[in-house]
Amino acid sequence: MRAPRVLLAGAAGLTLILSACTTDAPEGTEGVEGSNGTESSPDAEWFDQAEFDAQIAQRDIEPEGPENEPWMQAIEPEWVDTSEFAIDAPEDAHVCFSNASVSNPWRVTGFITMEEQVEALIDEGRIGSFDSSDAADDDNQQISDIQAFVDSGDCDAIIISPSTTATLTPAVETACESGVPVIVFDRGVNSDCMVTFIHPIGGYAYGADAADFLVENLEPGSTVLALRILPGVDVLEHRWAAAQRIFADSELQVLGFEFTEGDGAQIKDLVSQHLQRGEVNGIWMDAGDGAVAGLEAFEDAGRPYPVIAGEDELSFMRKWKEEGLTAIAPVYSNFQWRTPVLAAGMILAGEEVPAEWVLPQDPIGEDELDDYLERNSDMPSLHYAKFGGEDLPGFPQAWVDR
Amino acid sequence: MNVENPLPRPRFGSALSALRGGTGTVSVLLVLIFVVIATQNPSFFEGPPLMAFAKKAAPLVILAIGQYLVIVSGEFDLSVGSLVGAQVVIAARLIDGDEAMTFPVIGVMLLFGLLVGLVNGLVTTLLKVPSIITTLGTMLILFGAVRYWTGGAPTGALSENFRVFGRHGLDGVPGLGQLPWALVVAAVLTVGAILLMRSPYGRSLMATGDNDTAAAFSGVRVGRVRTLAFVGSALMATVAAVLIGGFAGVTAQVGQGLEFTAITAVVLGGVVLGGGRGTVVAAALGALTVEALFTLFNQLYLPSTIQPTAQGLIIVAAVAYASRRTDPRPPKRRPRRRPDHPNERPLDSSRR
Repeated sequence: MRAPRVLLAGAAGLTLILSACTTDAPEGTEGVEGSNGTESSPDAEWFDQAEFDAQIAQRDIEPEGPENEPWMQAIEPEWVDTSEFAIDAPEDAHVCFSNASVSNPWRVTGFITMEEQVEALIDEGRIGSFDSSDAADDDNQQISDIQAFVDSGDCDAIIISPSTTATLTPAVETACESGVPVIVFDRGVNSDCMVTFIHPIGGYAYGADAADFLVENLEPGSTVLALRILPGVDVLEHRWAAAQRIFADSELQVLGFEFTEGDGAQIKDLVSQHLQRGEVNGIWMDAGDGAVAGLEAFEDAGRPYPVIAGEDELSFMRKWKEEGLTAIAPVYSNFQWRTPVLAAGMILAGEEVPAEWVLPQDPIGEDELDDYLERNSDMPSLHYAKFGGEDLPGFPQAWVDR
Repeated sequence: MNVENPLPRPRFGSALSALRGGTGTVSVLLVLIFVVIATQNPSFFEGPPLMAFAKKAAPLVILAIGQYLVIVSGEFDLSVGSLVGAQVVIAARLIDGDEAMTFPVIGVMLLFGLLVGLVNGLVTTLLKVPSIITTLGTMLILFGAVRYWTGGAPTGALSENFRVFGRHGLDGVPGLGQLPWALVVAAVLTVGAILLMRSPYGRSLMATGDNDTAAAFSGVRVGRVRTLAFVGSALMATVAAVLIGGFAGVTAQVGQGLEFTAITAVVLGGVVLGGGRGTVVAAALGALTVEALFTLFNQLYLPSTIQPTAQGLIIVAAVAYASRRTDPRPPKRRPRRRPDHPNERPLDSSRR
């Protein structure tokens, strides 16, 4: 048999197209404007003025709740009665958790905190047992995970961290119809059938914290480079939309934005290339992964450090301290992973919970840097400073030996 | 980098055939991309930016050479991306910022690479599992094992000494500024691989990829030759891991998708999937071309979202072009000549 070259080339070509997709293609890219971010107004699909205004305002509202337990605080809560869900023997209650994934260090850190909180609640007799499933970022898998929890009939409460908003809505509604209390946290769904929806203030507030800091700390006319993980994810798109809005009203010049997938090598390469072409005075990031690699590009090029907005990831915060950077760590409150299991305990005891439980979300500034570094001194570098588990019995070993 | 084709050419039409093959196409494409980059950013060819490019590209060149060894023997190695990730994570965990641990840990990494390569090779050759399955399995095993071991968040830190290879270089070189160690390592390995392919082992490897039955009949120990190719690929991935870890430090995403980028580079260099054809230099040029493409897209401010599409189109076009140019005349009219060396020219177009 003779294999025609054309066929071989065709097969090779097919492989390559597939490979091109796997190497850098962010999926679900519709709705993202073309040119690399020279346009200054946010994309309408990802920008909701009313929600933006609400989140900006929420940053300044004093939350209700115990002072040293931000995971129990709520901003402007509307308490709802849960007595219909109260059960006689909460110490035997079985709580089920459908997790979207543990595919990044932020989720890993949060899930450890959740497991430790579960241990504490079981010891207190607030709940009896806990079961979780991991959908590995696959919507279909998560839909069937939720269905399996409903079908088993063993769950006294179902906690869901949805992987995407629209696709998971029917699955969450199915869980609600089964009659057990449903708790949704982190990303939302298009339904209000759950007892409570727990989340920090949100993406607009995060992006605005970062952008405001750059506007305040850079001279007018300075250049800013935006580093983004990937397009099409609502929480990340909201961060960028808020930043675009704020940069558009400022005197700063946005050089553009780059998608990096949080990969250090790509970040370093992209920042180096921008430095070859001119000045970069500020770095805005939609998540702090790889911030240190970006800063190293400045070191290796022999240029002064930029003003930078990273995240409360420790590798970045340690670098900030070491080099005395002008920086801020916007926070997407990792301690929110404690709240859903606490809420499950409250609901099963018939206690009131907020219908929409908005947790505080305060960035870490220069003044708090030393404090948070001190509290997390044993933690690995890909740990999040505001994980909020310092008072749990497993601290610190559970987070150190991950 | 060495742009000349190092292999001795047949006496007739040598210049022409050099331009026709995969090496020719990829060289032309690389020059073309560089010309467009130069129009966008004339300072790109001044020393430091070019050296920054070389520093970034060196790991992929090394991975492509490793992948070349496997592909030319008629197999695939899909495990290299995961292996790079695993090696960087292992290094960070074991070194944990301690300078004294640097070289012992690099030794451990090489041993681990050797082990992974041996397993890939032996499972493929002894258990007769197709390599695409074997290495897909290894890829998943390593990926999962690292996730399990680290809980998804790598711990520890690389030492400064470890990072020297990927990050620093020889300072004060006239005209260049800094000569990156990564470039030196890549150049040495490229020359080493060229020499290897001209050695008896290299010829056996090429013959195995072209037609393993014929190679076996002529006395080549096909299994051993292929296993060594997998070991070579895994060791190259280990070296690449040292450079990549050095370049950018530890992140959870390190190494992801590199296997396909490396295969892309090799195929772009005109090395035929299925084995038996192609040169080391072509594979290395393929790697440089892929990196140059990434740079070009960035310089053109091409939207990140459309970049993979453009990359795919350019690569398919280039490979199709190279394939058309080298398409042999119909076998009937082709005079049968006894080739001097099996790796210089295709033995014959009729294959298994």
